[in-house]
Order: sequence, then C-alpha cells, then structure tokens
Amino acid sequence: MPIFKERSTKNSSGKWVNDKNIAMRIIVPIKQVPSSDDVQLDPQTGTLIRQGVEAIVNPLDLYAIETALSIRDKHGGEIIVISMGPAQAAEALREAISMGADEAVLLCDSVFAGSDTYATAYVLSTAIKRLGEYDLIICGERATDGETGQVGPGIASFLNLPVITYVSKIDELIENHRKQSKHPEGIRVHRLIETGYEIIKADLPVVLTVVKEIAIPRLPTLAGKIRARNLQIPIWSASDLGIEKNQVGLTGSLTKVVKIHKPCIVRKSEKITVENELSRQEAINRLISILQDKLLL
Amino acid sequence: MIDKNNLINNTQSYGGVWILAEVAGKAIDKVSFELLSRGRQLADARSTELSAVVLGWRINQSDLEELIARGADKVIFVESPQLEHFLVEPHSACLLELIKQYRPEILIAAATTTGRTLMPYLAVRARAGLTADCTELKIDKETGGLLQIRPAIGGNVLATIITPAARPQMATVRPRSTKPAPMQKGRTGEIVRINPPADLLKSCLQRLGFESDQSTHSIQDADIIVAVGRGIGNARNIRIVEELADALDAAIGASREVVDRGWLGYPHQVGLSGKTVTPKLYIAIGISGAVQHLAGMQTAETIVAINEDPQAPIFTVADFGIIGDLFEIVPALTERVRQARKK
Repeated sequence: MPIFKERSTKNSSGKWVNDKNIAMRIIVPIKQVPSSDDVQLDPQTGTLIRQGVEAIVNPLDLYAIETALSIRDKHGGEIIVISMGPAQAAEALREAISMGADEAVLLCDSVFAGSDTYATAYVLSTAIKRLGEYDLIICGERATDGETGQVGPGIASFLNLPVITYVSKIDELIENHRKQSKHPEGIRVHRLIETGYEIIKADLPVVLTVVKEIAIPRLPTLAGKIRARNLQIPIWSASDLGIEKNQVGLTGSLTKVVKIHKPCIVRKSEKITVENELSRQEAINRLISILQDKLLL
Repeated sequence: MIDKNNLINNTQSYGGVWILAEVAGKAIDKVSFELLSRGRQLADARSTELSAVVLGWRINQSDLEELIARGADKVIFVESPQLEHFLVEPHSACLLELIKQYRPEILIAAATTTGRTLMPYLAVRARAGLTADCTELKIDKETGGLLQIRPAIGGNVLATIITPAARPQMATVRPRSTKPAPMQKGRTGEIVRINPPADLLKSCLQRLGFESDQSTHSIQDADIIVAVGRGIGNARNIRIVEELADALDAAIGASREVVDRGWLGYPHQVGLSGKTVTPKLYIAIGISGAVQHLAGMQTAETIVAINEDPQAPIFTVADFGIIGDLFEIVPALTERVRQARKK
C-alpha cells in the first residue's frame, strides 16, 4: 500500500510522522462534479440526463487548492489531494496535480456509491487518518452539485478537529518562537459571516473551508500537466481503509432521498418588446403602474 | 467518539421539536422567528412540544420571552461567556449534551454561516441525519417522520429527503424561505436556564476580533434587489444599475458571470453558489437566467426582467418582462422611478 513511505515514517508508537524537512503537510479533499449548468432533467421520468455532461473539478474546490498552493509557496511543504468517486474522478485529481499539488489518492469502491454527507465525511476522514500527520485540511465551501457544504465540517468532526468555515483570508501562519521551530503551529484567518469578518486563531492541525474571496485559482502549467499525466494515483478501496460495507453507501447513510420532483413555478407572465421610443414609454409606464399596484414605489 | 449503546436509534424514545435560535451578539436574530414558524407547524402536526434552544451570554429575559410569544412552548437557554460568539466546539458540545438528555425527535437551525457549520459538526457527533438548506419541511402523515425538501441539481428539481432511523432528524432551513412567526399575546411557556460545565466549553479556536462589513449581508435583507448580469458589458456600465438601485432604495445583486469577471464583489452574488434571496421585488437586468441563478431568486414575490434576448430563461420566471436594450430602458426607468417617488 503506497502511503507516501518515502516522506512519512512510523515512529515507535506506530504514529505516522512527517519528515522534518517538510514544512507543511496540507490535505485538500476535492470532488468531481458535472459542469452544473448543463444538467437536464428527463421530462418523462424525472431522472437526470448525465450522458454527455462534462465532468469538472468542483469550481469551489479550486479555491481550496489555490489556498494550499499559496501556503506551500511561502512555507514549503507538500499538498495531497484526495477524492472519493468513480474511477474517472482520477481526472479531477490530475487537474489538481497539474495546478501544482504533489500527491493524489483516489477513494474508489462501488460500495461508496450513494453515500450521503455523513457517510462521505466518514470515508474521507478515514482516508485522511491513513495519510499520517498533517497540518491543515482545506476544503471548498461546498460542491456545486450537492450544494450542502456539510462534508468539510463533517470531516473535522470525525477527526475530532475544530473547523473554521467560510475562510476569506489567511492572515498568517504562526511559528512557535520559544521552540525555535520553523514548523508553523498555529494559523490566523479572516472568516466571512453575514455581518462582516471574524478574525479567528487556531492551533494546527485544523480544518478550513474557504470562500471564493480568498484567492484567484491559478491555471495548470505545462510542466504540471505532464506530471499529472504520468503520475500513478493510488486507489484505495473500502477494505484498504478498513471500512465495512454497511458503514457506507446507501446502507451507511442516515438520510435517504425518497422523491425527486420538478418545482412548478406559476407566474402570470407579461412581456413587452421595446422597439422604439413609443414602446419603451409604454413598457416603462406599465412597469411603474405594476410597482405602484404592489406598493413597491 | 460516541457510546453507540447510548444512542440506540430507537425512534420511539425521542420526542419534541427543537429550533436552534440564532444569536447575534447579545440579541436573538430575527431568522429565529422564521424557524419558530416552521417548528410550530411541525410540533402541531406531531402533537408535541416546541422548544427553542438558545446558546449565548447575557441575553435579555424579554428576548427569551419573545420566543415564547412567537410560538415556543419552552426556551432552553444555555448561558456562558464562552458561548457569546459562535465557536464550533463549545456550541456543538453543549448541544450534544442537551440532545442526549432531552432526546428531541427534530432539530432545525437556520442555514446561516453558524447553522451550516454547527449542524454538520454536531450531526456527526450525534450520529444524526442532516439535510442542508431545506426550503420546505413537512411531517409524513404515515410515518410521522420529517420530510425535508430542498432544491437539488442546480435547482432544477426538488428532492424530498427522510431520515429513516437516526434521531434527531436534523435540517438547516434557508433564511427568508418562510415568514417569521407573529407575536401572540397571552402565550405562556417555560424558560429553563442552564450553566454548562467547563469541560463542554473548551475550544482550540479563539475569536480575536470582528470587522463589520454591512455590504456582505444587505442583499439578503433587502426588500428590493436590482441585479445585474453579463449583459451590462463592463464594470463601468454598472453605474446605470446603481442609479436605478439608488432611486428604488434597493440592494445590488449580481449573476455569477459578473462576480467571476470582478465587476462586483462576491457578497453581491445571487444564485446557488452565491446567496438565496426572497425580496418583494427583484429586477434582473441583462441576466439570461442560468439555472443556478434562478435557483437563488425565483421565490421573490415579484420578478421583473429586462433583457435583449426574448428566449432568455429569465423570462420564464418573470412576472413582467421587457425585451429590449437595457442601456435605453434602464436610465429611462430610473428617471420615472425618481419622479414617482417624489410625489
């Protein structure tokens, strides 16, 4: 089982420890999603038409990858991207590698299919435990397909770590000067909430979920693309992770989708086409009177 | 992590509906009243009690009483200076203890930055099912279980989700997706105050400070939103939309394209990857209406669309559509709004 033995070793108590040359070890869980705007619904069956829909890295995960990359740029270290998904989700991991991530692991097993956020967070956190020591876990705010934002905090909870959500800025990594160690021991961040920004300090390791405001994701480089194409991505199955079949998938999920239906939007729609000065006046007059009727003016 | 024997999922032994009141500083946020409105319906359908849980510090007795006046039968106030601001570990630990002690069958919270952080963290600890961002909650007449309804797949469809065995059944609810519960004179209820033990209040996180920025929330509170899409062409042209917004006392919303291009900041973004809004009036200008945008605004009371393309999907959700050149229509509209408002 390749668990990055060249970089991490087990100490006498059996715990994975980092090579001291590595400043930071950052894990970024990502998801492959359909490029959302294309998803169509079969009007007859109410099911999704997935054929021909392009799969991409969850756009909000790109901000998590970028955050990890910019921390590594400053402090050194390694970035491991992990994803739970079907075999083709390896493509999402390759894209992260082409942006500059160091290693990737795919969590792939047919028994994972149908997992809710609880079961998904369980699988990801189990895999993260297997990766050894780390300083940061950085997640996107949520996936654009499921739109729950529950997996990041769920991972933190399973790992018994605190989570800082909606991080909009990394202020600094805090070194421990007494210990004369260059290895950061804490982090200070801005967190975007409804009324402004909270400034939060945490000890490492900690789980962050980041919002768009944090950075502009970089594009893959040519060298990165070549590396991504040639990289062997280890695949971990449920049994590799010591996960029982009944802990994941539909049976391991605590919630269950029982019905999908199309919302019916009933609006009496009125339209006016503006072609000249006269029709413009007419349209505006009509709109003003509608707004006045509804007491909006 | 948890003693599984202690949490046997015997659904029979759980009872009562809980809402988690949202606390902003030392006050109860009004989104809590929306939760009371949801919670009251659920509790009545289950013929059970509705409790409001408040985690905070130095909250006025009158604020706690208001929760009762707006529908709660019981208020459980967990008070400690360490709970004044939201930090995930102490909030989760206190709620987990309460759940173990009182065993509610349903727990709902607002899908705010707090609720969306605390609920998934807690759900794992409590081994409870959780559905995010519901727009509708109902009781299944046959099973008595909670039907959790939420938009899925880009808002194209609504999914109904259940929690068959795990308890409590947990859900976060989109702010502004229902009306706040009204005050009712003469309602009575019980207020229970709890001082949590120190070991529940430990946190590896420290809140060092706060920078207020009202622009981050104004679109969700606004009665009128003027929203702008890619059709505006460039950042400079946004001025004409700002003038209309100013004339209407409206907040400014934006499509994802506009934010991705950097013409307006992320706090303005409406849609699945931005904010869900339910204003009285939503005026979409130069917005084609991608599914992900529609999902964030289609529950507005009145929708007006101004767009050049008669085929634009935005017109399918609009009450009133103007097909034409926004650069001609919007300034003329602004002028007329100013005149109408003067009167």
